[in-house]
Amino acid sequence: MLRTSRLALSAGGRELVRRLDLSLAPGECWSLLGRNGAGKTSLILALAGLRAPQSGAVALDGVPLPAIGRRELARRIAVLLQDEDSDFWGSVLDYVMLGRFPRSKSAWSRDGEGAALARRWLAELDLADRETQAYRTLSGGERQRARIAQVLVQDADILLLDEPLQHLDLRHQAQVMGTLSACAAGGKTVLAALHEPGHAARHCGFSVLLYDAGRASLGRSSDMLTQANLEALYQCRLEAAGAWSFLPS
Amino acid sequence: MRPVTLAVVVLVPASLALAVAFGSVDLAPSQLGDALLGRGDEIVREIVWGVRAPRALAGFACGALLALAGTLLQVLLRNPLADPAILGVSGGAAAGALAAMLAGAAAAAVNVSALAGGSVAAGAVFAFSLGRSGWNPYRVLLTGVALASGFGALVGLMLAIAPSSQVQGMLFWLLGDLSPAGDPTAALLALAVCSALAFSQSAALDVLILGEDKARALGVAVARLQSLAFGCATLATVAAVLLGGTIGFVGLVVPHLLRLSGVHRHAALLPLAACLGGSLLALADTLARTIAAPAELPVGVLTAMIGVPVLLLLLARLR
Repeated sequence: MLRTSRLALSAGGRELVRRLDLSLAPGECWSLLGRNGAGKTSLILALAGLRAPQSGAVALDGVPLPAIGRRELARRIAVLLQDEDSDFWGSVLDYVMLGRFPRSKSAWSRDGEGAALARRWLAELDLADRETQAYRTLSGGERQRARIAQVLVQDADILLLDEPLQHLDLRHQAQVMGTLSACAAGGKTVLAALHEPGHAARHCGFSVLLYDAGRASLGRSSDMLTQANLEALYQCRLEAAGAWSFLPS
Repeated sequence: MRPVTLAVVVLVPASLALAVAFGSVDLAPSQLGDALLGRGDEIVREIVWGVRAPRALAGFACGALLALAGTLLQVLLRNPLADPAILGVSGGAAAGALAAMLAGAAAAAVNVSALAGGSVAAGAVFAFSLGRSGWNPYRVLLTGVALASGFGALVGLMLAIAPSSQVQGMLFWLLGDLSPAGDPTAALLALAVCSALAFSQSAALDVLILGEDKARALGVAVARLQSLAFGCATLATVAAVLLGGTIGFVGLVVPHLLRLSGVHRHAALLPLAACLGGSLLALADTLARTIAAPAELPVGVLTAMIGVPVLLLLLARLR
């Protein structure tokens, strides 16, 4: 159980999150929605223990994050960052295997279990034939899927993903959302920052809506993702797009 | 085994053998063999064991230290142009050494003064770059570059006011010269310590390439890793500079040669860089000693003359 208590976050003098009490339980899949700059990334970084909050705390099974060692934390929580300044020279498989770092025993022991897991996730994300290709030569969307595979081989109980669907085509958006909700159904905790309420409604049972000026509301997606809420969230009028709105079945 | 690994593994004994076999005195193969086995003429034994072997090892240690430092700094600063001189440590050591030469100090005092100069530069870089939240690579880079150019100005001034009898010695020091190297034991010790420390962190260094946040998220204690690696790079640079002056190019080019040949995991990159840097410098120093014998060229000139075309050739081939 990952729980925040009275969490406050700000960036550049702007208040992003004020007194947020959020509990992410095993088996739950959460979407995190909000306008650009609403604080989705800051919240994910705080939940992962990568940024200290202004005030309040984040605790994993009752233990505050700063009291947990980096390596132990990395075995429990895996994070997909929004961007990565990567100069990685190796193959796609090498890249994905970096996700095994927190679980590796020594530099020399062969991680057979990890390699099998990496191949399984690469296959699931349509990258099986790219295993030996240089990571640098992948397209933007393929890179994004390799990054997601790296998060999955970490084999953590809690998955925090900052815009997992960026750069992905329709097929792979649905594939990634399907994989994430399957992880949650298997007992993991998933929270993903998304820009598509349609995916959130279909795959995530719960949603956090981050409004401006630190306001947030959270609950079941069926209650949260109403037209009125989304219009208030994105500050624009919305209408059902009819024949032009497609989601892969 | 990859071809590049095999090549480096063969190159190490080959370069050391060549460095012992060739010099300003021509020795027949039989004389060499006898001397290596501790037999034969005493003068030949002294040339082989007392002069050439320590010099070969000094060249190897110096090159290995520079290549190791360059490899570490290129990861830490996320900058492919990083080389040992970028920390300002070489510049500080050069200014210290030249000041001692200007004052007419003995060789030992020149080394102490170089060590002091290098330490001042390293201390300044550490003081300006290590904040509460860990290391700031941009500050390391800026502090190092600023210090290096400051020391460069001091070095230029000392060259300008030095009596002409001293200028040649100073220039040799600045170009990188292994002839006053002497006993390589301390440098070999520094090499062993630095290699072991850096190697123990090779998996974490692989992860650091993904950026500091991602490395933290994967369980790397980033600030500790950076301190350790910067410390290693500094120690390696100081040890190399004390041995051979400011020898350029080895620290910059060797890691790139290996990366361009497909080596990218630090568990392989670090030891291969040390071996390749060491062998290349031992070879370059052999050339520097023999090409215009009995005169010696500064080896730093040869490393640049060999390194530049090799890197350009590799870049052209991989376009």
